[in-house]
Amino acid sequence: MATEKQNEMRREQILRSSGVNPRKCMKCGKCSGTCPAYDEMEWHPHQFVQMVADGDIEPLLKSDSIYKCLTCFACVDRCPRGVEPAKLVEAVRLSVIREQGANHMKPDDIPAMLDEDLPQQLLVSALRKYAK
Amino acid sequence: MKVSYFPGCTLRTKARDLDLLSRRCAEALGVTLEEIDDWQCCGGVFTTARDEIATKLSSVRALKAAKAKDQMLVTVCSACHNVIKQTNHAMQTDSDFALRVNNYMNIGDPENQPYYGETKVLHFLELLRDVVGFERVQAAVKNPLTGRRIGAYYGCLLLRPGKTMAMDDVENPSIIEDFLRALGAEPVIYAMRNECCGGYITLEDKGLAAKKSSAVLADAKSAGAEAVITACPLCKYNLEKNGGGEVPVIYFTELLAEALGIKED
Ligand code: SF4
Ligand code: SF4
Repeated sequence: MATEKQNEMRREQILRSSGVNPRKCMKCGKCSGTCPAYDEMEWHPHQFVQMVADGDIEPLLKSDSIYKCLTCFACVDRCPRGVEPAKLVEAVRLSVIREQGANHMKPDDIPAMLDEDLPQQLLVSALRKYAK
Repeated sequence: MKVSYFPGCTLRTKARDLDLLSRRCAEALGVTLEEIDDWQCCGGVFTTARDEIATKLSSVRALKAAKAKDQMLVTVCSACHNVIKQTNHAMQTDSDFALRVNNYMNIGDPENQPYYGETKVLHFLELLRDVVGFERVQAAVKNPLTGRRIGAYYGCLLLRPGKTMAMDDVENPSIIEDFLRALGAEPVIYAMRNECCGGYITLEDKGLAAKKSSAVLADAKSAGAEAVITACPLCKYNLEKNGGGEVPVIYFTELLAEALGIKED
C-alpha cells in the first residue's frame, strides 16, 4: 500500500506528464460513450478523469483498464470541454510501466504472437504502449 | 517537384506495395518522393506524455532532415503521419519539450541547429489534394473507376486529434471521398468510417479487435461498398484478419495506380 504522500506525488507527476486539467470536466460522460474499449474497461475514461481529480489513483494503477485504451483519440476530439482523457490514461499507464520490472509486454512474448501477415507497425506500437 | 519522404518500417516489409505504388503514382503526377537518409522507425504510435522525449527523437530527426533540404515531409502510412505530425506540433507548441529535444540533438554535434517544428508535414492524400490538386489527378486518370462503389476507411490515426492533424473535418471528412471521385469511383459514406479498428490491441485481445473491425466492415457492406480503402497497414491487417472478410480491404494507392494506368509494370 502506497502512502498518501507517495500517491500525491504520483498524481502530480501524472498531471504534469499528461498536461491535463481534470477539473475542466463537466461529467457529461461523452468520452466514455464514444470509447471503443468501453466494454473491456473496469474504469472508463470519465472515471479516470474524476479519480485523478479526486486523488483516488490507486485503483487505476492496479487496473487492467490502462492497457485497454487503443489510443484512438476519439475521447480527445469528442470531449466538449477539451479535457483530453486519453492523455490521462496514457500518463497513468506510463506511471505504472516505468517502474522496474513492470513492463506489461516483453520482447520475449512476441514470437508466440506472430503470424505471417502481421505488420511490423503492430509490434512497435504494442511495445511502445505496453513497455518502456 | 521533390519532397522528402518517410516510408516507415512497414512499407519496407509487409506493405512494400504501398511504398512502390506511392512512388510510382507520385512520379506519374510530377512529384518525386526523395527518401530520407538513415530514417528510423517512428515507433508506430504517438506517446502523448510530455515527458516522453527519447521515443520522439526519430521523428524529429526525420523532420530535421527535411528541413535541411528545405522540403516538405511526406508520409504514406497513417501511423507514421500521425506520430510525426504530432511530434512536430509538440516541437512548435511545447517549449519545455522542444528544449529538451534540442538538448539531446546537440549531443556530439556542436553545429546542431535547433529545431522548432518548421517543416511542413503532409500525408500523401494531402499532397494529392493540396499540392498536386485533385483536378490534376482527375485529368491524369486513364482508366476511370466508373461504377465502383468504394468506402473510405479513415480509422482514427489519419484525422485525430483533429486540431493537430489539421487535415479534414474529423467527424465529417471528405478527403478520401474527393479522392475517389477524382478517380471516377463512387464513394460510399458509412457511419463507422472514422471509428477504430482495434489497433494494437489485437496482440493482446483478439476478441476486442474482432468486435471493432467486423463492425466497420459490416457497416461498409450494408451501405453498399464493394471494397474499402485505407492508408494504414495496421487497419488493413485488422480489418482483413479480424473483420469477418465481408468486404475486401485495399490500399488507396492500388486504386490510384489502377486509375492512372500504372498498376502493372
Ligand atoms: S483514446 Fe483510449 S480512452 Fe480515449 S476513446 Fe480511444 S480507446 Fe477510449
Ligand atoms: S467528455 Fe470531457 S467533460 Fe465529458 S465526462 Fe469526458 S472528460 Fe468530462
